[in-house]
Amino acid sequence: MFTWANFFSQVFNGLALGALLALISSGLTIIYGTLGVLNLAHGAMFMMGGYAGYVVYDATGSFTLAVAGGALFMLVVGVVMERLIIRHFYHRPHEDQLLVTFGISIVMVEVVRLIFTSLSKTVPPPPLLAGITSLGVTFYPTYRIAVVGIVAVALLVLYFILYRTKLGMIVRAGIEDSEMVDSLGIDVYRVFMIVFGIGAMAAGFSGIVNAPVVSLTPDVGEAILVQTFVVVVIGGVGSFPGAVLGGLIAGEIISITSMINPAYAYIMLFAAMTLVLVLRPYGLLGVRGRE
Amino acid sequence: MSRRYLAELLTALGLLAAPLLLPHLGLAPNTVNRILVWGLFGIGFDILFGYTGLLSFGQAAFYGTGGMVAAYLLTKAGFPSVWGALAIGMVSSAVVGWLVGLIALRRTGIYFAMITVAIGEVFYFVEFNPLSDWTGGENGLPGVPTPSLYLGFTTLHFTTGWALYPFLAACYFVGIVIALRIVRSPVGAVLSAIRDNPLRAEAVGHNIHSYKLTAFVIAAAYAGLAGGLLGILQAFMPPEAFIFDTSGQLVMQTAIGGPGTLFGPLLGAAVWLSLQDFLQEFLQRALGLGSAWKLVLGLVFVLLVCFLRHGLVGGIKDLYRLATHRRQAEAEAPEEATPIRAASDSMPARAREGDLAAGTILEAKGLTKRYGGLVANSDIDFTVKVGELRGIIGPNGAGKSTFFKMLTCEVPPSGGTIVFEGQDITGKGVTEVCQLGLTKSYQVNQLFTRLTVRQNLTIAALADLRGRFRLDLFRSLEKIPGLQDRVQHTLGLIGLTARADTPVSALAYGEKRRLEIGLALATSPSLLLLDEPLAGMSPRERVETVQLLKSIARGRTMIVIDHDMDSLFELVEWITVLQEGRVLTEGTPDQIKSDPAVREAYLGGVHA
Repeated sequence: MFTWANFFSQVFNGLALGALLALISSGLTIIYGTLGVLNLAHGAMFMMGGYAGYVVYDATGSFTLAVAGGALFMLVVGVVMERLIIRHFYHRPHEDQLLVTFGISIVMVEVVRLIFTSLSKTVPPPPLLAGITSLGVTFYPTYRIAVVGIVAVALLVLYFILYRTKLGMIVRAGIEDSEMVDSLGIDVYRVFMIVFGIGAMAAGFSGIVNAPVVSLTPDVGEAILVQTFVVVVIGGVGSFPGAVLGGLIAGEIISITSMINPAYAYIMLFAAMTLVLVLRPYGLLGVRGRE
Repeated sequence: MSRRYLAELLTALGLLAAPLLLPHLGLAPNTVNRILVWGLFGIGFDILFGYTGLLSFGQAAFYGTGGMVAAYLLTKAGFPSVWGALAIGMVSSAVVGWLVGLIALRRTGIYFAMITVAIGEVFYFVEFNPLSDWTGGENGLPGVPTPSLYLGFTTLHFTTGWALYPFLAACYFVGIVIALRIVRSPVGAVLSAIRDNPLRAEAVGHNIHSYKLTAFVIAAAYAGLAGGLLGILQAFMPPEAFIFDTSGQLVMQTAIGGPGTLFGPLLGAAVWLSLQDFLQEFLQRALGLGSAWKLVLGLVFVLLVCFLRHGLVGGIKDLYRLATHRRQAEAEAPEEATPIRAASDSMPARAREGDLAAGTILEAKGLTKRYGGLVANSDIDFTVKVGELRGIIGPNGAGKSTFFKMLTCEVPPSGGTIVFEGQDITGKGVTEVCQLGLTKSYQVNQLFTRLTVRQNLTIAALADLRGRFRLDLFRSLEKIPGLQDRVQHTLGLIGLTARADTPVSALAYGEKRRLEIGLALATSPSLLLLDEPLAGMSPRERVETVQLLKSIARGRTMIVIDHDMDSLFELVEWITVLQEGRVLTEGTPDQIKSDPAVREAYLGGVHA
């Protein structure tokens, strides 16, 4: 049954989901662009960030602290993971990098399952953002509107880091040619560690921000990982603007198709990916050679 | 000859002995049967991943498709024959694999991995929703019958447990025999070339996209058959066959067992499934945490990827090599460099039609290449006659390599035309141009590093002898007419006969350089381009290589770029000088030596 109210709330859902996908995908895409490693554990990091936030929320009752805790915890996890394992895979084939990050994702999921069981956990939105807001044509959960704002701020921060700081300049140069950056006397390994940490933090932050929207289970990262891949293929690997654009497109496709028939959401998403692959094989904003 | 069917023989013996031995190890018949199904599933995946280097995380799609088609035919459509249903399931899966491959193989590397993940997920959703009337949705399809075989005097019923084992073992055996044929065929050789160096596989004249698609379809067919067997094994086709975990488990089992071995997936499945049973029981009893088995296996997997790069089979091979290393080292006498064979029997270039023999072999007109604002080549006119030995020199950055890349159609020119043997090749691909008889040896070695010298040359020769693409999946390499001679001859020419069975990674630099030339030579080109063949060589190696180049130049047209003026002046008859992307001048070595403009180009404006 089509109503405009319904349509608008779906468009808004798409915007919220899309913003979230944009943020997670930017993490994935800058890690890949800089380090040359496709992180298959990115979905698991999203999930783990959510649980870390849940623990903080459980202890303090503060949503703000939960978000900060989830993000910082994943920053630490990312840095440790890079130091212990990822670092040793920079000079190994792509396949090995995929295998090891895939293995890590399983370990993460199973550790969380062991501690928290498979039953779902919920984190309520902060009281200030609870309830519903009128959008004129329809009423809409306040927190989801806030998600768009929160994620937009996070994306702006990421944009600022990437385009307005020295670190960001090095990262962007590294995406184009990391060997050159290395030979300029910059310690790329330190940069790699920081980038991996930031990417993990982006995933963890998204995980806890999303927790009040979709309840937490150990498997919540898997679906997100698949959607993130589609976003990156659509937007173009290594492109921050591509991740944002791809995220918004994917979010809207999923939401609007769901309004008509939820079963076809993935099929439409996949069809869009195929279309992009046929028409622009390197993604909407991708550049040939970044792979 | 005696070792030729060793793998097949050992597999048969192993499969026959399994029901006698494995029960003593505490393996339940059902576990053994599951291992066989996963092992069969893995054979196809290993051809895709281990042999071709394409890591797919979406194989569950084909496993599920084959299984669902077979199960649907048997449970809902009233199809009478289990064997027929399995075959139809396998074929459907292969067809679906072909369609999916057309999309997924548009990209390689991590893109391919991401796309296969997405495709796998789509199949899962399609099975659960739009097609749930056929597939039973989340309930799957129960009541899949088991096969039987009428022998004339009696009927064999393969029901469950050890009674089903002979049927699954026979399927596995046929599967492995076919796979062994495939990896030993010319197609198998090309697949491993694609894994090692897709760029060069393409450049020596193989249509790598079609070969990758072939590997993808083979993997889908094996997956489809295994899926059908899963339904029979469980008397129920589970929808879980489609989930991402299925693809993931296949990848992990293959990596644990050892990719590129065909038997790795079976070993990996045996380790995975028996450890799963053991851990579940052990952890439950010891800690009350039976569900932690997957965490332990995940940790084992991560450690294995970190420390044992080629899986268990690879580890066993390495141990064996370590144990036999000393004996081998003694057996191998310290080798003198093989003298390069005298030029008396240079390999003939491919026969040309008509009487082009006297005319022009290559003509480039107005060739221009711009990269954004940078002009690498500008308006180059360049003509080479048949049989000529041409040199190209120019200071660094003069655009020599770009010029070569345009001639071999690795990069499209921004303007101008290239005519080779009377045919306009502008805008054609590097593969097609190589098939026409124009190829290049690279400035930086582009070899198939995990293969031996002989295998390297075989791959190059195959492109010429078999064309861009041929599906001779079951043909033995030995049965290709002219192949052995061609490889042997090239080995002799480049002086690597004694090193024929050495892996490329163990060659000295100078030997690798010669093999680089050999790869181009084995495609039997009528026009051979050599991009700095002498780069990085010692003075002695240079002298040898110049001899080699002289000998291969007979009956062939060659263009050589090099910075070693003395060697080049000795080698070639006519020289083109490039500077800043343009032709500065042309002439004989003597003319070039005394040309003040050339001197100035190199010394860089001493008068300015």
